[in-house]
Parts: sequence; C-alpha cells; structure tokens
Amino acid sequence: MTIPGSHLSIWGRFRQMTVSLIAVFMFTTLVLYLAGAPPWPAYYHITRGALGSWIKFSHVIKAWIPLMLCSCGLLYTFRIGLWNIGVEGQVMIGAVLATAVLRTGVDDSAPMVSFFLAFPAAILGGSAWAIIAGWLKTRGEVHEIFAGLGMNFVAQGVILWLIFGPWKRPGVASMSGTALFPDYLWLSYVPGFRLSPVGLVMAIMALVATALMLRYTRIGLNLKAIGANARAAVLFGLRPGRYMLLAMAFGGGFAGLAGAVQVTGVYHRLIPAISSNYGYLALLVVMLANYNIWLVPPVALFFAGLNVGSIQLPIVLQVDSSLAGVIQGALVLTVLAVHGFREWRKIHRRRSTENMAAKEAPADV
Amino acid sequence: MQIELKNIHKHYGPVRANDGVSLTIRPGTIHGVLGENGAGKSTLMKILTGFTRKTSGTTLIDGHALDIDSPAMAAQYKIGMLHQEPHDFPALSALDNFMIGRVSGISSHRKSHRSELISISTQLGFTLDPDAQVDRLTVGERQQLEIMRLLALNIRVLILDEPTTGISRTQKEILFASLKQLASDGKSVLLVSHKLEDVMALCDEVTVMRQGKVSGRMTAPFDVNQLLQMMFGTLPSPPVHQPAIPGKPILALKDITAPGGRAGLNNCNITIREGEIVGLAGLEGSGQGVFLRVAAGLTNPTRGQITFHDEPLNGSGYHDFKKRGGAFIPASRIEEGLIPGLTISEHFSLNEKQDRFFMTGKTALNQALKSISRFNIKGRPGMDAAALSGGNQQRLLLSLLPASPTVLLLENPTRGLDLGSGHWVWRHLQAQAASGSAIVFSSSELDEIMMVADRTIVFYNGAVVMDTPTHQADADTLGRAVAGGAVPQ
Repeated sequence: MTIPGSHLSIWGRFRQMTVSLIAVFMFTTLVLYLAGAPPWPAYYHITRGALGSWIKFSHVIKAWIPLMLCSCGLLYTFRIGLWNIGVEGQVMIGAVLATAVLRTGVDDSAPMVSFFLAFPAAILGGSAWAIIAGWLKTRGEVHEIFAGLGMNFVAQGVILWLIFGPWKRPGVASMSGTALFPDYLWLSYVPGFRLSPVGLVMAIMALVATALMLRYTRIGLNLKAIGANARAAVLFGLRPGRYMLLAMAFGGGFAGLAGAVQVTGVYHRLIPAISSNYGYLALLVVMLANYNIWLVPPVALFFAGLNVGSIQLPIVLQVDSSLAGVIQGALVLTVLAVHGFREWRKIHRRRSTENMAAKEAPADV
Repeated sequence: MQIELKNIHKHYGPVRANDGVSLTIRPGTIHGVLGENGAGKSTLMKILTGFTRKTSGTTLIDGHALDIDSPAMAAQYKIGMLHQEPHDFPALSALDNFMIGRVSGISSHRKSHRSELISISTQLGFTLDPDAQVDRLTVGERQQLEIMRLLALNIRVLILDEPTTGISRTQKEILFASLKQLASDGKSVLLVSHKLEDVMALCDEVTVMRQGKVSGRMTAPFDVNQLLQMMFGTLPSPPVHQPAIPGKPILALKDITAPGGRAGLNNCNITIREGEIVGLAGLEGSGQGVFLRVAAGLTNPTRGQITFHDEPLNGSGYHDFKKRGGAFIPASRIEEGLIPGLTISEHFSLNEKQDRFFMTGKTALNQALKSISRFNIKGRPGMDAAALSGGNQQRLLLSLLPASPTVLLLENPTRGLDLGSGHWVWRHLQAQAASGSAIVFSSSELDEIMMVADRTIVFYNGAVVMDTPTHQADADTLGRAVAGGAVPQ
C-alpha cells in the first residue's frame, strides 16, 4: 500500500483535509435532507450536544481518549502498509482481559495490585490478538483485513459468552453487562464530570510516544522503509515479516489499552458494546488525517464531537434513532470517495501529461 | 487480408519505442518479427491490435488507411492476438472459455459450441478435452484453446507474441504445424519472437528490428549470420583480456532448479571464484535473473545445493548471504533496490548497524555526504531517492554496498545508464574485483560482457548452454548461443 498524500507538505495535507471535510458536510446534509430531518436544526443540535456545556464537552473528551489510543496504534500499522481492521476486536480483548484481572481484585486483600495489573494485561491481550492476525498474514498469506475482521467477530463472541456465561451477574444475565465493579477499582475521575484525567494523560502520552517512535527511532524508520518498499528493505537486511508482527503488536497494544480505559474509566463493567465502534472510527480518523500524526488529535476530536453530539438527535428532532449511524456511514463513504477521487485524479493527470508528451514529440523524422 | 504499416512512430517522452517502422504482411504467409527485448516488437504489435495509439504513421488494411484505436476495432477487422501470458479464465472449463464473448440470447447453445470446438480441434491436430478445467491445462494447451477461440471468431490475421516460451518441444511441433496449415488456408500469421530457431523453422519472411527501427528483412531460406548481425548489430572484436588468476571457489551452485521468470532455472551448475568477473549473457528471462536471486538467497531452489566457502547455504535467505559479505543489486533500482519516499541520508541510516534504539542521524548524514562526493552522486542528503536519475540511483546503490564484499551479484548494472556513467560503474567494480571480490553480473549487451567479463556464461530457456573464458569465445559464437543456436553442454 502506498500512503496517499504522504509526499505532501503540512499545508497540502491541511488543504486536502479541508476538501474532505467540506465533502463530508455536503453529503451529510443531503442524507439528513433525505431522511426528513431538517439539516440546519440537526447541525445545531449536534453542535449543542457536543459543545453545549462543560459536561457535554467532557463526554466528547471521553470518546476522544479511546479514539486517540486506537489511532496511535493504527499509525504503526499504516506506516508499514497494513490495514489493521482488527483494531475493534483488539479493543474488546483488552477490555476482556482488564475485566478478568479486575475481577480478581474484588473481595481481594490487595485490590490495587490487580487494578494496576489490569492495564498491562489489556495491552498484552490486545497485542496478542493483533499478532494472531499478523501471523495469519505473514505465515498463512491471509490478508490482514479478512483476518482482522474474523478476529473481531470472535472477540465479540467471547464477550457475549462471558457476559451471559461465566461472568453473568448473580441471578441475571443481560445485555447490560457484568456486575458493576466497586468504586475502588474505578479510574479516578473529576467529580461531577465523570471524566478521568488519567485516561486523558494516557492518550496524550500515547500521542507523544508514537510521534517519537515514528520519527526518531530505528523501528520507526524501518517500518516506513518496509511500508514503502518491502523488497528493497530485505536487501537492507530487514525482515518484513517480523516488523509486521511488531507493528501489529504496537497497534493491538494501544487498542487493548483503550479497552482497559473503557472498562475502568467509563463503564466500570464489561458490556457487549464495550468498544463502541471506536476502533473502526479510528481507522477513519487516521485516514482523514492523511496518516499525519499531528492532524490526528483535531480530527479525532471532530469525530468524537459528532459521535456524542448526534446522540440527542432522535429525541430532539423525532427522527429515527438509526440516523446517527447513517450519518457516520455517510461520513465513511464520503471520506473514501474523496480519497478515491484524489487517487483517480492523480492517475488521470499522469496520463494526460503522458499524452501531451506524446503529442508534443516531433512526429516527422 | 494484407496489412501494411508505414513509417510508424511511437514515442514515450524522449524514448522512441518505434522509430519509423514499415512492414507489410501478405495474406497466406507467416511473417516473423525478430529482435531483442526492447527492440520495439511488442509496441508495434500493441499498435496493430489497438492497445496503444501510435504517435504517427499509417496503417493500411487491404489498401485502406485505417486508425485502429481500440482492441474492439482490431477485433472488428478480424485481427486476433495470442498474448504471451494466457488471457483466459483458469477457473472455467475449456468449453466455457471457448464460448465466452460469443454467446448471445438466452440459450448458450452449449451443444453446438462443443461440436464446433471439437471440429476445429481435430482440424488443427489438437487433442483437448472440452470439459477440462483450464488451470489444469499446460501452457501449450491453453495456447491451443486461445487459438481456437480466435479462429471461431473468424479472424483473418493471427498475431503470436513469443508463443514458444514455456511449452514443450512436442507442443511446439503441433503449434507450428497448425500455424502452417492456417497460412495455407489464406490467413496471415505474424510471429513475434526473439528466438532465431523458431523464426527460421516457421517463417516465410522476416523483419528484424533493433532499437525501434527495422534493421533488415529477409525471405526464406535464411542466413543465420546475417540475421544475427541484423539483430545485434556489428559486434566489436573482443578486447585483449587478462585472464583473471582463478582464486579459491566462493559460491557454488550445484544441480539447482528453481522457479521464476519466464523459463525458471533448470539443473544449473556454476562455481564462482574469488576475484573473477563473470558475465551472464542471454535474452531477458532466460534464467540469469533467477540464478542471481537463487545465489543471493532471495529465491529458494526446488532442488540442488548452494555452498558458500564449502558451507551449505540452502534456504537460509538473503540475510545469511549478506552476513557473509555478499550483496545483490537488482535491475529495477527504485522498484526493488531503493526505497521511494526515504531520503539519501535515511538510506544510509537503514544501512547502519542496527544496534541502537534511537537514531543519531548525524553519522548517517556524514556517511551520505562522504558517499555523495566519493561516488559523484548528483543529489543532496535530504533528497528523496526516487527523485534521483537512473544513473545516480545506481551510484547510490553502489555506495551502499559493503566496503570489501566477498561476492557482488548485479542484475543489468548499467541498464539505462549513459556511456560515461556505465564506464564509471565498471571502473569502480573492476577495482573491487582486483581486491578479491567476485563479481557476477547479467547484461543484455553482449558488447559489455565481452569488454569486462573474465568468464561468460550463456543462459537459454532456463539452462546454461555455454560457460567459457571470455577470451576464448567470439561474438558470433556467443550471439548464436544467446539466440538458442548452441548445443547444450
């Protein structure tokens, strides 16, 4: 895979992103209009839902944290040219392992030990889950998209089985998830805002660490080299297969951490929708940011805002509750269409210059 | 149907793939277009079949000027082409493939198509099971199927692009017999090939192309030496060669068979010694590329033994080869050798010992600056390697090699370089050989091999057909061996 736009300056990337956002906006307007929802009030309510109060904004940040963690992980896999679509399942497995460790902390003499162990366990779990997909890719020649997608379904199955089986609440098993953890196993939060500063710090640290890794370490350069030309990288003594597994391990680790934050900081239990599709959304964030790490935070914030802001839409505007999903779907399609158009135009331009050259060449002799 | 091509030009930017080519194909004859790879044969055929538009020139069909601008139009004028790679549907049966594109209406008329297939098949002496799945057929049988499909479309001109690559001798005989029959039925057959023996065995008339131009024409009976001269030009007499003092054997390949390329590599036995410069001759895809990749550990042989200083090196990959001081430079520099998007400096960073977690960047920058001046690379350390010209990419690749390599494997090291750069590359390599490195290179230019190699190995159709000290061979013998005229040793 070649990374589109990777040759552009920051300004060029910013301009491309603006074009994408305008296209997204226009298409979403069309969708809203077709769905019978008045577009302008809809936008008004989305904005209000996301930014109307500090509490609401704290919800946006709460969504921004897992989105950032997943996006950071995806930067490693995109860098080496892998589509880690299994990020969704890696979040789920991270959440499962965090829950498993936390459960040992309930009624235990030293609950803090299991609380702190929950995070590394989640990171390892996410990594392992990603490595399975990576291994299928490097050893079994299964495309990582199919492997990842398959692993997502398995992870979802594992969660449902745990919630309705071994980890069901005493007496009842329901879609609302496992029993709530006692609050000494919660990530500390600002009273009244239900936002965990620890999670926020983790997201920012992930961003800085990823930026450093990709820019200043051998691993970062090697990932880039293999992503740009794996065959040549071999001649430089690199082993693409190993680095693919490494990139998957990083990607899965960050996703697993996101899962742990969802459990300890947001839901305080394991629920079926623990990943909230943030993994898939993060793929979109990174693509829209054109694989540039410094554009990831604002784009992630935009998506988090849209996600949170549209929750209220069904109630306020009396439209079907699936509309929020439709808007997100429209977003996905528009971003892909803009990317596709950009590639098409690049090829088209190349062709027309070639034709021009053919025409201009002297035809006599 | 008579086809005349008059003064055809096709330019890709400054490159003239066809530079004033004229050609007449008379009905009822087999016409050969002979030439090396890159001589412009394929471009000419693509123009004739509408896959590419010509820059200028005229196409006359039965005396009428026509502009064939799409494959559909070529089909309309009953021009059919048998491509080198089969263009079929491997998952379907032979009959299904035969029917594709010819079925209209609701019923597929399977029965009548089947009897048509069988009748054409018996006419041409083919034995093909209509129900066999195509991916179980041999390349030769797939060709037969494609020819029958084209005939069922009532084509009047049949163009075959290198049809004898990858098929057995028996199948070749069947194919040639059927082509002769088609010609005697009044169809025009155009055989595009770089194989002298095929052209001589089959054609009534030959047009030889060289560097985009027609370099000669001849009607049967043919004179081999004249054809060779038309193909390769006048070869310079070999310079007096100092035979290298044969050193100790370094790299030995024994009974190696490996897949890849057009012909693969069959039963190859070659031993490379210290300090010698070995030139690999042969038409492109005759096995030289596969040999270099097997020797480097990039391709695993299916059979045979590789030893390096008497230690087995089988299947341990390029890393082991590199660890022993070997290096490989592929022909396609930016596709296979360098990393587009990485700067010159970053290439040196990659090339460093991978012992620290953080990169310092400074040592790599210094190394880059030093190499830029020493190897005369026209570029700055911060420049994307893809932005360099071909010659400078080659210089960069050479500058990334270890200081005193044991074995250097180079695929077409001077391809695309101007004369000056080419000479510069050879001065550099000869100095390395003088200090004991073994240098093995492939080249499509016989002149180059005769000029610099101590020893010449000729590949034909995946096998070594000649292995001789260069000073003992002359241009004619080598040229004949390259074109398949040598008796395998």
